[in-house]
Amino acid sequence: MDRTPYLLHLADNALILGQRNAEWCGHGPVLEEDIALANMSLDLIGQARLLYQEVAKDRGQDCTEDSLAYFRDTAAFRNYTLLELPHSSPVVGYGHAEPDYGVTIVRNFLYSALMVLVWEALQQSKDKTLAAIAEKSFKETRYHLRHSRDWLVRLGDGTDESHRRMQEAVDYLYGFTQEFWTRHPVEEEAVQAGIGVDVSGLRVDWDEIVDSALAEATLRKPAEGGYVSQGKFGHHSEHLDYVLHEMQSLARAHPGATW
Amino acid sequence: MSEHAAPISPGQAVNEVVARAWRVLDSVTDPEIPVVSLKELGVLRDIRQDSDGISVVITPTYSGCPAMHQMEEDIQAALVREGIAAKVVTQLAPVWTTDWITEAAKQKLLDYGIAPPHATLHGQSGENAGHAADGPRAGSAVPIRIKARRQSLHEVDSAPVVCPHCGSENTTETSHFGSTACKALYRCLDCREPFDYFKPF
Repeated sequence: MDRTPYLLHLADNALILGQRNAEWCGHGPVLEEDIALANMSLDLIGQARLLYQEVAKDRGQDCTEDSLAYFRDTAAFRNYTLLELPHSSPVVGYGHAEPDYGVTIVRNFLYSALMVLVWEALQQSKDKTLAAIAEKSFKETRYHLRHSRDWLVRLGDGTDESHRRMQEAVDYLYGFTQEFWTRHPVEEEAVQAGIGVDVSGLRVDWDEIVDSALAEATLRKPAEGGYVSQGKFGHHSEHLDYVLHEMQSLARAHPGATW
Repeated sequence: MSEHAAPISPGQAVNEVVARAWRVLDSVTDPEIPVVSLKELGVLRDIRQDSDGISVVITPTYSGCPAMHQMEEDIQAALVREGIAAKVVTQLAPVWTTDWITEAAKQKLLDYGIAPPHATLHGQSGENAGHAADGPRAGSAVPIRIKARRQSLHEVDSAPVVCPHCGSENTTETSHFGSTACKALYRCLDCREPFDYFKPF
């Protein structure tokens, strides 16, 4: 079977969140957080690179990790929509809002709570390289989860202002996690082949992690329903265009540049 | 093996080169922590003779560690200086763990002002019993660890971190992430000095 669509989904998730979180580099709320976010971005981009390198091996010819990151367009990316959203309350189109660290923390928490489970399960993948990448990524993601969970509790159970903003961030982002559980042929094929994990089967464990953290943070879990995003099918929000333009512009303006 | 490197008694000559490479690389240290060698850190896994020459096998630490590229270059440069042609091969499995850092290196870290890592939960308990850190994975076994992991998914390490300056256990974490991904930032509540803690991984 062709494992590359599945690997691309995992890699795009890591790359896009890594790129998003890197926006805080030099702008973090405090120095320690600036450094923490940059470190986690490096982990995520490192995970993406390992996966893109595997895709490039399979596809051969001119395919490289760089061509996958820099020379694919929006519709070719297969990341969850959650990961491409700006660090702010809802904005439309080119609308701009002040970055909100609450949104950053809640997103990192919701995603790393999923990924500890995904990477843990993928250690049993029949694809030995993917299993090895998963083992390493699992360890990293545990630290990411610890970081975001600590801040979720600290800010949720903090001042009135921090509590209000965290609840707003949870209310805003939670609906996007519904995309985690929807069926996807690429994932199903990977599960059939014994190389992928059935994410919907991780729901109970994810709920347990999320519920206990939200309770500790005195935050309310929103009801489900409404629009289910479809980033993993390539149907993205307008925000991914802006992420990619910024990330890809240098490589496209100066193809093959080295420094 | 390349034709140049095929002497009359290949086995012996090759072993000599490999042994010499090990000696040379003993002096190659971590770019960020210049008191410990890559071998002591467990990054340098093997030096072997492949069909096309000498291969130096390294294993990456964190996926995003920017020092990995520097390590490769340092290895190449040290070998070239000694006239040894080799390529550097990156090997993902088994995955690097701080449990591989030697006791001598942990002492060096301490002397350098970095609190060395505790044993990972992995090494301490039977957690993740489905596969050993340094052994082959045991099939598709997913026993026991489902229960054990609840704790460990975000609670990474709870033992006190001892201050490398004054030896006090009265320390507190300032930030999960320090100057590099592999270290956390701590401070000592007795001597008041800040210090890095090499996180268990």
